Amino acid sequence: MANVFTSFIKNFTGQLTDIDSLIRHTENVNLVCKGCGGEFSKHQLLRFNNMICPKCGKYFRMGGKERIKWLCDKKSCEFMFDDYESTDFLEFPGYAEKLDKSRKSTGEKDAVVVGTAKIAGKPFAFFVMDSRFMMASMGSVLGEKITSIFEYAKKYNLPVIGFTASGGARMQEGIISLMQMAKVSGAVKRHSEAGNLYVTVLTDPTTGGCTASFAMQGDIILAEPKALVGFAGRRVVEQTTKSKLPDNFQSAEFLLEHGFADAIVPREKLRETLQNILEIHAVGGDAV
Amino acid sequence: MTMTPYEKLKTARANTRPTGSAYVDRIFQNIIELHGDRRFGDDAAIYSGIGFLDEGFPATFIAIDKGTDLQSRITKNFGCPKPEGYRKALRLMKQAEKFRRPVVCFVDTLGAFCGAEAEERGQGQAIAENILEMMGLKTPIITVVIGEGGSGGALALATADRVYMLENAVYSVISPEGCASILWKDSKKVADAADCLKITAQDMREFKVIEGIITEDFDNFDKMCKSIRHQIKKDIKNLSALSDDDLLNSRYDRFRQFGYFTRTVDDDDE
Repeated sequence: MANVFTSFIKNFTGQLTDIDSLIRHTENVNLVCKGCGGEFSKHQLLRFNNMICPKCGKYFRMGGKERIKWLCDKKSCEFMFDDYESTDFLEFPGYAEKLDKSRKSTGEKDAVVVGTAKIAGKPFAFFVMDSRFMMASMGSVLGEKITSIFEYAKKYNLPVIGFTASGGARMQEGIISLMQMAKVSGAVKRHSEAGNLYVTVLTDPTTGGCTASFAMQGDIILAEPKALVGFAGRRVVEQTTKSKLPDNFQSAEFLLEHGFADAIVPREKLRETLQNILEIHAVGGDAV
Repeated sequence: MTMTPYEKLKTARANTRPTGSAYVDRIFQNIIELHGDRRFGDDAAIYSGIGFLDEGFPATFIAIDKGTDLQSRITKNFGCPKPEGYRKALRLMKQAEKFRRPVVCFVDTLGAFCGAEAEERGQGQAIAENILEMMGLKTPIITVVIGEGGSGGALALATADRVYMLENAVYSVISPEGCASILWKDSKKVADAADCLKITAQDMREFKVIEGIITEDFDNFDKMCKSIRHQIKKDIKNLSALSDDDLLNSRYDRFRQFGYFTRTVDDDDE
């Protein structure tokens, strides 16, 4: 892979990106690694470790805004369609409370942020799903925002880079949740037919209806190391198969081995890999 | 007497209900079954092929079939398609597009198969590709949910121009069992989950997820199928009158409208 994605930025340190704007808000915040139990300052993790545990190498999950600012050029990020809020239209037991709780704990209105940004001056549209918000389950707002950003990207011929993470459908929105899969797919299709690039980056965990729609529709599908990616939940598969599954089942590595991902890209290589992909596609499809 | 959503769920799953192939064999004539996805294998859960809806009226059919006795249910994996089943369906859809035939799908599944081999062969990717390609398929697609419409495994054959449901069929984002077990850690609360999820044909009509409800009359099944055929033909005639662009735009708009949310800003073409 190193040969394919030759490094364009030497010694990537994060200094080019927008992490400064994040770090201001992370003073005195400590995170506990789910892999080794070690406690680290978020400031350190962001600035020097790409949100990877320095002790055991486990990837910390990243929030939506955090992820894009960590990735993109300084001050290049514009968030869009930011005023959509979910409603409890089915009056589903507990939904209003869950929304409320997630809104308070994340400061976000729902489980995805969308907008435009640049990597090394190359513009693109993005969506980043945020598993801290109700496991980034896919409701109307998530579907509407991702659809809208694909429509916007088609209008202005922008590539889309999408970071997926999802527990699946948002069952509190019933069948309307399922319909979001078709709605987003329609917008992906139109964006694609117009010759535009769509890159997905599968992050931990990408499952259910998300896997069964736009996560798997990228022209190029990248994955973070060891990310859980699958359709059915592990327990359900175990019950169906009636046997113990291997440890790497439904991991990014498993996906690569079975031909469902193009490459596994570690966080420290992600920016340069995406930059390279954007540059290759900026040349256009006409052979020189 | 109206049934509760849970009673409808049980009715939709009843062994005595006609399965996908029973509809196809009555609605189509001169049937040729076409097998295999040309990549891995043939999935018996999906009965598909070509035939005539009427004289001079060819069409492609794709039906999920649960089987009628224990042996055929096992062979057909109880109507839970595997990735190769969805890929067979997509192959036939693309073939239909090439020969400008409409596609008629019959959906009846608890959901896509959840076994280890389905994951290995990319169940998620197979469904994703069907939905994506159906959004661009330049030929009319009509889907009838005859029993259960189980989540993504159903949507992979229901990203259509017109969708109908039988009066006691159900369509759901997750099985009520799954919902009850995830949300309430209690799989016995299935009836409550069925209520909350809104899974009946009548609910779907209200949400505009389907165009119409088909009355069940299994005692006069031939007659019932004749009226389904009549409806399908009528829709196909209307849809065939559209240009490719208009057809795809109307399919896009059909799904684009789904969503309930509030906004604080009016316009947002930033």
